[in-house]
Order: sequence, then structure tokens, then C-alpha cells
Amino acid sequence: MDLKNLTVRGHRLTGKNILAMLIFLFLATAPIYMSSFRVNMLGKYMCFALVALGIDMIWGYTGILSLGHGVYFGLGAYCMAMHLKLEASNGELPDFMAWSAVEKLPAFWAPFHSSVFTICAVVLIPVIFAAIIGSLTFLNRIRGVFFCILSQALSYALATFMIGRQEYFGGSNGLTSFTTIFGFSVNSPTTKMVLFYFTLVFLIGAFALCTKIVNSRVGRVLIAVRDAENRVRFTGYSPAVYKVFVYCLSAALAGIAGALYVPQVGIISPTDINIAPSTEMVIWVAVGGKATLVGSILGALVVNFTKSIVSEQFPDIWQFFIGALFIAVILFFPGGLISIKDLPAKVIGIIRKKSSKADAADTAAVNADAREPKKDPKVSRTPVGKGGSV
Amino acid sequence: MAEAVPVLEIRDASITFGNFRAVKNVSTKVYENEIRFLIGPNGAGKTTLLDAICGKNRLSGGNIIYRSEGEEYDLQKIKENKIVNIGVGRKFQAPSVFTGLTIFENMELAVVRDRSVFASLKSKLRKQEIEDIKHQLQFVGLYEMRNEYPTVLSHGQKQWLEIAMLCVSKPKLMLLDEPVAGMGRRETQRTAELLKIIQNNCTIVVVEHDMQFVKEVATLVTVLHDGELLCEGTMDEVSGNQQVIDVYLGRGGE
Repeated sequence: MDLKNLTVRGHRLTGKNILAMLIFLFLATAPIYMSSFRVNMLGKYMCFALVALGIDMIWGYTGILSLGHGVYFGLGAYCMAMHLKLEASNGELPDFMAWSAVEKLPAFWAPFHSSVFTICAVVLIPVIFAAIIGSLTFLNRIRGVFFCILSQALSYALATFMIGRQEYFGGSNGLTSFTTIFGFSVNSPTTKMVLFYFTLVFLIGAFALCTKIVNSRVGRVLIAVRDAENRVRFTGYSPAVYKVFVYCLSAALAGIAGALYVPQVGIISPTDINIAPSTEMVIWVAVGGKATLVGSILGALVVNFTKSIVSEQFPDIWQFFIGALFIAVILFFPGGLISIKDLPAKVIGIIRKKSSKADAADTAAVNADAREPKKDPKVSRTPVGKGGSV
Repeated sequence: MAEAVPVLEIRDASITFGNFRAVKNVSTKVYENEIRFLIGPNGAGKTTLLDAICGKNRLSGGNIIYRSEGEEYDLQKIKENKIVNIGVGRKFQAPSVFTGLTIFENMELAVVRDRSVFASLKSKLRKQEIEDIKHQLQFVGLYEMRNEYPTVLSHGQKQWLEIAMLCVSKPKLMLLDEPVAGMGRRETQRTAELLKIIQNNCTIVVVEHDMQFVKEVATLVTVLHDGELLCEGTMDEVSGNQQVIDVYLGRGGE
């Protein structure tokens, strides 16, 4: 029967899935034809793409603009950095603590000796923090611009806190000079390669997970929350619970991204988690294409890659190019880079419209003395009349 | 049939916003399969009362009792989304559907019983649920358009979609706020037919200004004025009441 036709969506995603596969293929083969310097850069961008995926879930699908995902990125990153720092210090006090005249390792640093604890903390600490913040805000129905400002303040607060706690978190220098990760040298090419592919696996896994969620009914509820939250509530769902869920999910992705970022880049500092980088994360998604998942990955990769290339070529004026890119995307592709695929259809549409207008003008001229000369062909095409006549 | 136990019982309900008393000591009982209309001039407190039933507003005095399947609930103590889950459906005045989802997907969200995150992650629609959606959409004449987005619908069709979403979740009590506002005569006619069919399985409370529509479908009419219950009875009784004529009907059912 036609029951099968009712399962919708799925088929609309195939084009995007192909694009995703191409991106993953490109990333997987990059080490073959790219210098290790570039590959390392790509590794970093994949971490950003991981964050962008989470932001797409909460902003693109659920309509909650969070300008504070640097917080969750930072929490994950700092957890990992603390472990690496302890590994590098060989049982002694980390160097920056000694400079700040700290005599004993603070108690909350101690568990980070354990790599198992660290791996758990990287996900759990951001998630727990997000659950607390999310429950406080969403259950109290704080939304829209108020949540936006709150999230931004949050990232500023965390960055300020990290800067102020020189003796615990290295202040504005952050945490750096790592030597090994789980016993392997961070600078060896093999470790770097392993980390690169590890990040790629996480990115693909996260993409698969998010796709699954978006295609499940949860995805539909999230979109519904975006469109008409009150209707969702009076359809019997608790919007706050769904919001907390997606907020925690995006925090987990950001935390993992942060943890993968640290060993590849070798440093995490408050500048990486402050307002500016947090806002930039949202820009990646906007440039790539909201509510498309693959668009956010594309956006994170393209923006950051462009940024690196342009800044190498034009060290003085590169920011203008990036600004121009943003403006161009917003002006010409409000749906993000992903909507470029609609361009041919759009152009054809415009041409058709023009010619049909000409046709209409012709027929109008012919029917000049008919009683109903103003029958726009467009009106009859809209399906309004169809269902109304039941 | 029920031994005359009201589905909805409003006891001495008052609602206050700051110093303003929007609803003053209103009491009424609505019985099973009734279509009850709340009418009255603007600002009489009709929508406010409806909001209180579905949990959007809280009462400052009195209580609202809802009975379903032998259970008795004090709606004051239950969260909005839980109220829906015990069988009270609400439709607001402005049509509100999910424009980012297809018509079928709109219905899907309404049809499922378990609305937790976990259930939404795992479960697929059951055959029966798909049949229900199909039946309901055919009922309002939107089945052919099920894979389209609601943005293509006319105002009246959006209202019907929303009513269909309510119906498919099989409420025991349906609260409608001006369902025919902005509809043409034919659409209104059709909505009246819909309500009469829905009535067989459901009790309906409607706020409405369209008197012809009220005449057509009302079982009983409750007239509110300045937050107070003015009178209650069949449409004929009410329209013969001098007080009602003075404050409302005589003014052309504003």
C-alpha cells in the first residue's frame, strides 16, 4: 500500500550524505598528498567541525542560539590539558604552579593523573555543567535573546576565571608544553597520525549519531520546538527536557572536540574559549548551512582553511577577506554554502518566471476584453483551493 | 453513559492579574459529549478561563476538576504537558502548526502516546497510528497534501490541521479558542460539521464570537461578562435573556 510513501525525510538527505562522504574521504586521504603541517591543521579543523555539529543541533534544529560553546570546548580541553600537564611533569609539580609559589598539587588536580578518569571527565564535566545550566534556564523558560546573552556571559566568565586562577590553570598563558599523551610522545609523527585519524573517527561517529537523532522523532520535536514551542508543550511534550537533552549533547561534542584539540595543537588558553571564538563557532555553522549537519562540518573546514591560507598569503589584510566571505555568504547564500546546490534551480526559476510573466502579459493582451483578465497563472498553482473544497 | 458525572467541573474559579480580577467566582459543569460554548464581550475572561483549564494560567481561587476514566484530577496541580497527556487538548486562537515539518510529521508528533526523549529516539510509528493519521487527515481533507509543508495551507486549513492534530491524540476534553475566526462561511460550515463528529468521542469547550456557528453546534452556552458568569442555558434560552441582550447580543455579538 501507500503506507511506505509515508516515511518521509530520509530520501531528502541523500545529496547531503554524498557530500559528507566526499568530505570524509578527502579528510581520510589528506595525509597521502598533504604535508604533515597541513594535516595537523586539518586535525585541528576537524575538532572545530565537531563543535560545529553540536551547535548545528542546538541552533540549526532547535533554534537556540548559544554564543557560549567555548565554555564546553574549554572544559573538555582543560581536562585533557591537565592530564597532559601531569604526564609532562613526571610526578613533580607542574611548572606554572611552581612559578606561582604553589607548594602542593591542588586536590582537584589529583584525579587527572588517571587517564581513565580524564577520558570520562572530558565528556562528563561539560555534560554535567550543561545539564545544570540548561535546567536552570530552560525549565525557567529563559529563551531567545536572554539565553543568548547568558551563554555569552558564561564564556566570558569562564575565560576570566581561568585568567584569574594563574596558580591553578596557568592564567592567560593557559596550559602548554606537553610531552606525552597516554605514554606516547605528542610530537612523534605516528602519534600525530593516530590522533588525526582518531579525530576523524569521532567526527564521522558524531555525524552518524546526529543524523540518526535528527531522523528520529526527536529531530522532529526539536524542529517543532524551534517553530512553535507553545504548540509543542500543548501537544504533550516537555520542550525544556528536549532542550536540555540537545544542549547536553552539543556540550559533549564540544568537550570531546576540546580534548582532541589539545594534544594536536599543544596549548589551550583562555583566548580559545572566550567570547570571540565562541561566536566564531556559530559563524562556521551559519556559513556552512544551518540545520543540515554536513553544512556545519563544511563551514568549519572551509572557514578555518580559508583563514589559514589567506592569512599566510596576506598577513596584513587577511581579516578583510574573511569578512568579505561572511558578507558574501549571508548576502548571496543565506542558507549557507550548502545552498549553492540550489543555485541552478534558482536561476532556472528566475528565467522561467520572466518568460511566464511575458506569457501572462501576452494572454492578458489577448483577453483584454474578457471578463476576468487578471488571472495570474501563479494563483491557480497554489494548492490552497485544492483542500478547501472538501 | 456516565451517571451524570461532569467531565469538567469549575468550582468558584477566580483569576487575578495584579489588581485586576479577570475571572470572578465562576462555577460550571460540563458533561460528557457536550459542546459547550463560552461567549461574551471582549475582556469577559473567556480565553483566560480556557487558559486556566489547560494549565497556562493559574487560579487565584477555587479549583478545576477534570474526570477521565474513573480518575479525578485537580488541574491546578498538573503541568501543562502532563495535562495534555491525561486527555485535555488545547487549540489557541492563532493557528499554530510546525512549519518546518510536513503535514504528516505534524500529525506524527501528535499521535504518539509516549512523548519522552527516550521514546522519541527509539520508537517508530505503529501501523495503527499511521492509520489514525490517515483517517484524521482524510477527515479534514488534507491527506493528499500530507507530504507538503503547512506554509502552503490557507488560514482555514491550518486551523483544521491543528484540530486534526488535537483529534489524533484522542483527547477526552478539547478546548478551542475561536476556531472559526477568520474563516469564510463555507469553511465555518465545514468546521461545524467537524465538531459534531468529534463530539461523539469527546467533550468540547469552545470560545467563539460567531453567533450563527454557536447556534448551529452548541449544546449549552455559558455567557461571561466582566469575569462573572451571567447566565447559562441553551442558545434559545440565552438569547432570550434580557441581560445578555443588553451586554452582548444586542451589540451585535462584537
